[in-house]
Amino acid sequence: MTTTIDASPAAPALGEGPRAARRSIDGPALSGGLTAILGAIGLTLGLSVIFGEPRQLRIGWLLPLVGVRLDLDPLGGVFVAATGAVAIAVGIYAVGYARREHWARFPLVTLPLFVAAMLLVPAAGSVTTFLLAWELMAATSLILVLSEHRRKEVRCAGVFYAIMTQLGFVFILIALVVLSATGGGDAFTTIAANVDNLTPGPRNAIFLLTVLGFGSKAGLLPLHAWLPKAHPEAPSPVSALMSAAMVNMGIYGIIRIDLQLLGPGPHWWGLTLMIFGAVSAVFGVLQASVSTDLKQLLAYSTTENMGLITLALGAAALLTSSGAPTVAAIALTAALLHLLSHAAFKTLGFLAAGSVLAATGLRDLDKLGGLARRMPVTTVMFGIAALGASGLPLGAGFVSEWLLLQSLIHAPHDSITLVALAMPLSVGAVALTTGLGIAAMVKAFGVGFLARPRSAAAEAAREAPKSMLAGMTLAAAACVIFAVAPALLSPALQRVLAVLPTVGGDSAGPQIDTILRLPGVAGSMSPALLAAALAIAVLLAFVLARWGGRHRPPVMVTPLWASGADSLSPRMQYTATSFAEPLQRVFDDILRPDTNVEVTHFAESQYLVERVSYRTLMVDPVEQRFYTPVVRAVTIWAQLVRRAHTGSVHLYLAYGAAGLLIVLLVAR
Amino acid sequence: MSALAVAAAALQVVGVLAGAPLVVGGMRQVRARLEGRAGGGIGQPWRDLRKQLRKQQITPSGTTVVFALAPAVVAGSTLLIAAIVPLIALGSPLDSAADLFGVVGLLFLGTVALTLAGIDTGTAFGGMGSSREITIAALVEPTILLAVFALSVPGGSANLAAIVAATANHPEQLVSPGSLLAFVALAIVIIAETGRLPVDNPSTHLELTMIHEAMILEYAGPKLALVEWASGMRLTVLLGLVANLFMPWGIAGSDPSFLAVLIGLVAITVKVVVLAGLLAAGEVFIAKLRLFRVPELLAGSFLLALLAVTASYFLGTPTS
Repeated sequence: MTTTIDASPAAPALGEGPRAARRSIDGPALSGGLTAILGAIGLTLGLSVIFGEPRQLRIGWLLPLVGVRLDLDPLGGVFVAATGAVAIAVGIYAVGYARREHWARFPLVTLPLFVAAMLLVPAAGSVTTFLLAWELMAATSLILVLSEHRRKEVRCAGVFYAIMTQLGFVFILIALVVLSATGGGDAFTTIAANVDNLTPGPRNAIFLLTVLGFGSKAGLLPLHAWLPKAHPEAPSPVSALMSAAMVNMGIYGIIRIDLQLLGPGPHWWGLTLMIFGAVSAVFGVLQASVSTDLKQLLAYSTTENMGLITLALGAAALLTSSGAPTVAAIALTAALLHLLSHAAFKTLGFLAAGSVLAATGLRDLDKLGGLARRMPVTTVMFGIAALGASGLPLGAGFVSEWLLLQSLIHAPHDSITLVALAMPLSVGAVALTTGLGIAAMVKAFGVGFLARPRSAAAEAAREAPKSMLAGMTLAAAACVIFAVAPALLSPALQRVLAVLPTVGGDSAGPQIDTILRLPGVAGSMSPALLAAALAIAVLLAFVLARWGGRHRPPVMVTPLWASGADSLSPRMQYTATSFAEPLQRVFDDILRPDTNVEVTHFAESQYLVERVSYRTLMVDPVEQRFYTPVVRAVTIWAQLVRRAHTGSVHLYLAYGAAGLLIVLLVAR
Repeated sequence: MSALAVAAAALQVVGVLAGAPLVVGGMRQVRARLEGRAGGGIGQPWRDLRKQLRKQQITPSGTTVVFALAPAVVAGSTLLIAAIVPLIALGSPLDSAADLFGVVGLLFLGTVALTLAGIDTGTAFGGMGSSREITIAALVEPTILLAVFALSVPGGSANLAAIVAATANHPEQLVSPGSLLAFVALAIVIIAETGRLPVDNPSTHLELTMIHEAMILEYAGPKLALVEWASGMRLTVLLGLVANLFMPWGIAGSDPSFLAVLIGLVAITVKVVVLAGLLAAGEVFIAKLRLFRVPELLAGSFLLALLAVTASYFLGTPTS
């Protein structure tokens, strides 16, 4: 995919230069600092609720009729804490980033507001407060996405994002209004008390609507299309916040409304979630593995990981409804742990990608390369993130994916046929996702950071400033904890699991100690021990390679093998496009790339080639098939409706009167 | 765990280290004889290793630490797998640290390290080999994990010792459709993962057909020795693992006696030699597949693995 990026992102802000100099306050430091402080407050508050008592706050005057109602319980607490932790790293990073990119005043002000809105969503204790916080989050994130609005791609992504996020909001709004109308109140606690009175009809409708609405926020298929557009076009700290914290809110909604308030539901609820999750995971990772835009690759990887989490949630729901609560607890732990570890490695991934973007102005992997020597710290950081995203041992995502697989293979044998069919297929989907995820991350890290630079901009890259490195280091430390010592998180996870009714208070989740043990089923794993043993084994291999070293001449640096030619130019290297070509060919039927090869021969001979041009355009097949007809239909409708808009005020008044009459007739 | 169990695990590592070049040499010898050549002898890989280890270290210009570290990571991860899997005895001290999923993860960690090294060289061959290797690895992963699933159904656990013990206690399960299908699926996958015919040709030197060899084209001297040693070890460990998963006879228990360890050593040696001989003999009769036909083979093995799981779910009687 060819993405043209403005070579001088700082250009629009130049006009503000003198004004910025006159300003006495340091905008980036203030905004980033405030974001980090908000994050720290969120983290402390979240942890205090997880380990202590639930907190409540009522502000009656803030909203007419119902007032604002905040109820923070351990489930909300874990999301508040995760958002807070992401915000700390992003806030510190944003200081250097905003300074380097000359952010305007508007995004600087909006950044802390966005974090505050995200912290409010899981703390909301009533439908009204929840919807208010949700809208605030959507609006602030939209402003941030549009902060480089002078570029056409950004505006296009912004419009897409605005429409899709509001569409999702409509689903959620309808569902929650029905819920509070039938549940007899606005507060979640009141609804929870009356939820048993709900008949299956509205219950199922609410379930489907919320899954669609929250799924669109989490980037699940088929309402994912905004995510790979908006996340890459947003400034990188914002991408990190959106991809690591905001998408989690979709998952939060599914857990809170569908699993906790409405659940446990019938078998097909769990199955629906599993299908949504599996399809999103496979589709997301497939798109990631052929994507050549570094940030878009990470964005598709978000769809993939949210899919895995939804799959785990669906498995938990299905296992609970078919009477296997212990295994369901493993699946739920897997979902929560993956959510947290994804937040860690995706923050790091987007922040590192942001450093690359700031240093080179490039997101196109086909033009990057050779950054390992020019930006060593950023390279290591992205390496840690990529290892986490690929789900390999020593990576942040390994433990949670292991737990997910364990929960899938330990489903009871004597249960219904549905489970016996769903579980193997899910293992296949998870495994394909992991396999392709490895390919995608090897491509991102290998082609983007190793080898030789493929463009002058990559050649001239310099390491990011200190505050950006500090933000990344924090996220990297979190990744290492998830990879090697998940035991540290075990107490918090246990407390959260205990409040989830799907699990049932008494059936304990997996024991996450130095050695992970699963309850009720045989299975254990120890990431820490594995890491230590691998370090020893690698050392042993080094010692082996030193055998006979006494006889060796000193080390020599030699040129690369060029098949006898003079020298290798960087253009002879494999690019991201060529690297992913075999995969693209294998999955041709799903990806449907638009490729075109033109061979120009010399006039003298058909056997001599003058020029070969290869053009490939990757378009999202779901977007093309599913969205284009809808957009076309809406446009036709709009054209029709426009005929009624003649500009005559008298006619408009008549419309108003007619509308009022109809409403009165219907409502009577 | 007893001291002997630890000693058995150490013996596994040393055995794989020492035996891997012999296995490779033996396979080459079998092939050579069947093709009517004299062959270099079973000890030839060992002689090659000794020669290469004494050569000068060469750093191709422009490569980073990834290139330098990759051989050690491949060899290290393979050695760790050798310490974890039950080859001679069941009770490896690391058994509770990693199950079959962990072993698969370690296997892929090695693959990824080498793939990154291939990209790091910045040559067309390196990238080509890496791209092909990672494509095959991505398609192999689903089959491996599904086969693991199928194997874990009878024993009720994905822990290696549990799977092997369950098979040893209930040998009749081996002829169940689930187990047979899983065996075929796993065999295809191991052939793909270790770069044998018909997926990759380990003795090719024609650049355009290479997968593994293209990736490691820039390695020379001691690093090349380590890479080749490691790929031999991977083959040996995987053959040993598949032998014990489906033919666990002779393996020592989790608290073995000295004699049991000896019997275990002899048994695994015999099994690996037989399997390697069969593999080498089979390779004489087949040609390498076109790269873009390989996914069809892997899709076939994926289907077999899926059938294996479903069969073991519906037909198998849980023993635990």
